[in-house]
Amino acid sequence: MRYLLAALVAVVILLHQDIWNWTDKTLVFGFLPIGLAYHGGYSVMAVVTMAILVRFLWPAHLDDETITEPAGSTGATEPRAAHASQEDSAR
Amino acid sequence: MIPAIIVFCYLAIVLYIGIFAFRKGASSGEDFFLANRRLGPMVFLLSLFGTNMTAVAILGSSGFAYQRGIGVYGLMASSSGIIIPLTLFFIGTRLWALGKRFGHMTQVQYLRDRWEMRGIGTFIFALTAVMLVPYIIIGVMGGGETLETISGGAVPYEVGGAVVAIVVMSYVFFGGMRGTAWVNTFQTVLFLCFGAIAFTLIAQSLGGFPGLMNQLAASPKAYLLSRERIPPEEFLSYMFIPLSSIMFPHIAIMCMTAEKITHFKRTVIFYPLCIMFIWLPSVYLGVVAATQYPNLTPGQANDVIIRLLTDNTNTLVSGILGAGIMACVMASDSQILALSTMFTEDLFSYYGGRAKYGPKAEVWAGRAFIVAISVVAYGIALLLKDRANIFDLAIRFAFSGFAALAPVMLAALFWKRSTKWGALAASIWVLFGVLGIWYLTAISDPIAPRPPAPRPAGTAPPGRGPSGTALTGPATGQTGPGSPTGPTASAGGPPTGGAGRPAGGGPPRPPSVRIFPQLGDLFLRGPINVTIFGFLPVMPMVLGSALLMIVVSLLTRPPSQATLDRYFPPKND
Repeated sequence: MRYLLAALVAVVILLHQDIWNWTDKTLVFGFLPIGLAYHGGYSVMAVVTMAILVRFLWPAHLDDETITEPAGSTGATEPRAAHASQEDSAR
Repeated sequence: MIPAIIVFCYLAIVLYIGIFAFRKGASSGEDFFLANRRLGPMVFLLSLFGTNMTAVAILGSSGFAYQRGIGVYGLMASSSGIIIPLTLFFIGTRLWALGKRFGHMTQVQYLRDRWEMRGIGTFIFALTAVMLVPYIIIGVMGGGETLETISGGAVPYEVGGAVVAIVVMSYVFFGGMRGTAWVNTFQTVLFLCFGAIAFTLIAQSLGGFPGLMNQLAASPKAYLLSRERIPPEEFLSYMFIPLSSIMFPHIAIMCMTAEKITHFKRTVIFYPLCIMFIWLPSVYLGVVAATQYPNLTPGQANDVIIRLLTDNTNTLVSGILGAGIMACVMASDSQILALSTMFTEDLFSYYGGRAKYGPKAEVWAGRAFIVAISVVAYGIALLLKDRANIFDLAIRFAFSGFAALAPVMLAALFWKRSTKWGALAASIWVLFGVLGIWYLTAISDPIAPRPPAPRPAGTAPPGRGPSGTALTGPATGQTGPGSPTGPTASAGGPPTGGAGRPAGGGPPRPPSVRIFPQLGDLFLRGPINVTIFGFLPVMPMVLGSALLMIVVSLLTRPPSQATLDRYFPPKND
């Protein structure tokens, strides 16, 4: 499944280079240049791609890995998440 | 003057939001800098998007589209619409989880711990901080200029810049991340709603778009309806630019503010749509503006949206949209907060300030930094008022620099064998890349090909001008100062992808010239940009950074097993 999804992402990225529309000035529905219509559609395709990735490749394990631990020897930071106030959430 | 009053009302609202957030907040660093890592899904999506959306999205994109056509959407928007969500999905979620687990607030905190490094972390801090500062200065400059334009000159640049600097400083100072996120959410909603209304009103006022598009198709500016003025090498290079997004400190820090990892789900799915809702009308209106104001200079082209609004909507709507544009210009709030977070966490706390003075001092150090950076930015904005192009240039290079740092973050997150020396080599490459391109741009300025001069614009400055003229006269079709990129056609050889050809009836774009003739097409100079074999510098910078990261890591010793086990826990099968 991972390889299939990687291939999907690669294809979507390749489809961004729509060389066939380079000089085409056709107006879709009489007002939308085809190059713009294509990339508008591409944005929708990006939505679908991301929805597929979320559905099949969501890193759910990360949620289980968030138990607060001290940082390492460099003292980059110290654990604070545990002290976070529970009373005010910004929604 | 009414639009200016509306903008002042808007500024009062965002100030109030910041103060309201202050009353809701606690005094801990986690709360001030990260809103306690408890932003809800909608605020997270809209504020993240609002943080990414700058004046470039509205003013720059329409001005650029006015000059180079509809291809600007593919160049900047649809590429961002896929790359940014992918980086949020693969990198943002990991940063969020590691931040929750280890308490990291900045990228450098994570990198220091991940690779057991100290000084190299400080070097990366300095590099990213330096690349971020121009945004803050440009924000103050843009605020002053926008207020001056919207008020018809009644509010001078110096006063406008001061007002914007004080408002932004105040709500960041009081509200911290919570205030900034709420203000960004408010700004994004305002922009999405009133942008749609303005688009509809402009369409009605102009009598519908089909007629205008057919008029354009039959004119010398028909090339704007296709991508023939954008070389394929440039189009491909632009795919690398959105990699910068996740490496911008304010975006990475914002990723750590989500309450739950599931908040990323909606964000990555709806992000491309948000980009489309803002950019598609902006690019389209930029092209439409070519039918209304055919002879603007590149500098004037950046104001086409304001011109269309002023001439085709009533005062109230244009005032509200002016506030929306102001919102974009004021996007420097997140960068100020990010710099403050970095200063506090990566320097003040890291070098003992927190241990010595306590956690409360950490927040006050951050606040003091916010005041200091705002005052300095305002001072520079006044001193270098007429030299904004320096900072525009710096921002363009910074995009490439941040994009080229993406392999460092990817290696840290996904490649166990990566080392701090690899990160250092890649970071030095980025530094020299940015400085090198800056140098090449500076020395090649005298030989930069100049576009043909346009006819004088027949319209008055925005905010005061009459309606534009009909589509007559020669097309300009040039690129020039103010447009983010230039052509990349090779000197001495056939132009690529239509570059340099008089396609669509407009005059040809000037071909690029060789900076060092003995090196062939290695370094080319167009009207704006230096390119490398026709590609934008960002591409070799990203690829070179990735290569150095791999090679130097393989040649050096990885971190200790204990650190690796923390960041790559053994699987219990």
